[in-house]
Parts: sequence; structure tokens; C-alpha cells
Amino acid sequence: MAKSLLIISRQAPWNGPSAREALDIALAGGAFDLPLGMLFLDDGVFQLAPGQQPTALQQKNLGANLQALPMFGVEALFACSHSLRQRGLAADTLELPVQVLDDAALAALIARFDQVVTL
Amino acid sequence: MKFAIAVFSPAHAPSSRRALRFAEAVLAGGHEIARLFFYQDGVHSASANVVTPQDELDVAAQWRTFIDSHQLDAVVCIAAALRRGVLDEAEASRYQRPAANLPKPWELSGLGQLHEAAQSADRLICFGGD
Repeated sequence: MAKSLLIISRQAPWNGPSAREALDIALAGGAFDLPLGMLFLDDGVFQLAPGQQPTALQQKNLGANLQALPMFGVEALFACSHSLRQRGLAADTLELPVQVLDDAALAALIARFDQVVTL
Repeated sequence: MKFAIAVFSPAHAPSSRRALRFAEAVLAGGHEIARLFFYQDGVHSASANVVTPQDELDVAAQWRTFIDSHQLDAVVCIAAALRRGVLDEAEASRYQRPAANLPKPWELSGLGQLHEAAQSADRLICFGGD
């Protein structure tokens, strides 16, 4: 059986290529039908914020690529409730259908996966 | 035990050195390295153009020697490398850049190689990252 991989994305979409590169790991794995999960943690939750205008920073919109996750079979999407609260983001306004987890649930989530990559 | 090792930081970062020491310990302990995968700023750890002052540790050179002497599979993510100016001869000529800085033993390839290595190994160990 294929090993499951949790990708923890911790960077804001405007903070260099890190967020995009974390997403690329998920999309590449989805193309191979691997059992993947993606967790948005710390500044990574900014990737889920509504109403972003990346063109003002001459950046491409990461949102469109994030929307591709379910199409690539990556449907296990999670966000840290503590990270959301610290940054003033409401769970019901997020751009992706994520499961919001408290700290105890986060620990259980990470333990459930065979492998973890943090970017 | 079989290890897949991913490196996300450049040669000047402590985690690149730690990754190298870990990889050495893996082999010294009689274990196996399925693949080394260099991603994000880790692609700089593969650059042949890193020049380290003579009285400092040259981690990039040590990576090269280590990979060469053990004939390891060392893959540099092509998308991450192009973005950061780490090019082999083929890519330098494809994009008409004046220099290549990724000689053998490094191999440019895609993220599928990270997944393949992680699947075939007992453990995936990552160094660096943000």
C-alpha cells in the first residue's frame, strides 16, 4: 500500500515561492494517486484568505492553483484554528474547503500520516 | 533501513551540513539511501559555483564528493533549480544562459522523484524548510 504523506505549508503566498512549492509537491503526488493531505499552518493560512489581490504585488494568484487540489485527488485539506484566529481569519470565509483543527486534533493528524514534509 | 533524504536549504545553511552528516551516518551505520532530493533553496547546495573561503567548511564540495564516492542517486528539482539559476548544460543552452553550474553527479528531474523516493524508502527525512 502506498505511504501517506502530509504536506505542511507554513508560508504566506506573498513570501517567495515557498507556498507554491509546497503546493507543487501536493499536485505532483496527486498526479500519482498517492494518499496525500495538506495542512495550512502558521502564515500558511494566509493562502486561504478571501479577496486577495496578488496583482498589486506583481504576483500570480496562487488561489487558482490551490483550487486544483481536489481535481488532483487531494481532498484531505486542513487548517490550524489557532493560526487562523491569530491572523483574524474566519473559518467560514476561506477560499478552500478545509477542515479546521485545534491543537490536539493537529497532533492526531500528524500522527496519522506515514510521512510529513514541512515547507 | 532505507532512507529518502530531502534537503531544502543552501550549502551555507546549518541544515544542509546537518543533512550531509546525517546521510554519512546512514551509510556508516550500514543503512541505505534510496535518493537524495534537493528542493527549494536546497538546489543551491548542488551549485558548482559556490566559493567558500579557504578557512571555512565547503559543504557544497563535500556533498559532491560524498555523492560521487558512494555513487548515490542525487536529484535536483528542475523547477526549483531553474528559478534559482542552478542549470546543467542542457538547460543553460535551452534558456540561452551563459553558464551551467550543475555538473554530474547531480541529476535534474521533477517532483515525481521525491514521491518515488519517499514511497520506496522506510523513512523520509527532511532538512531545512521554512
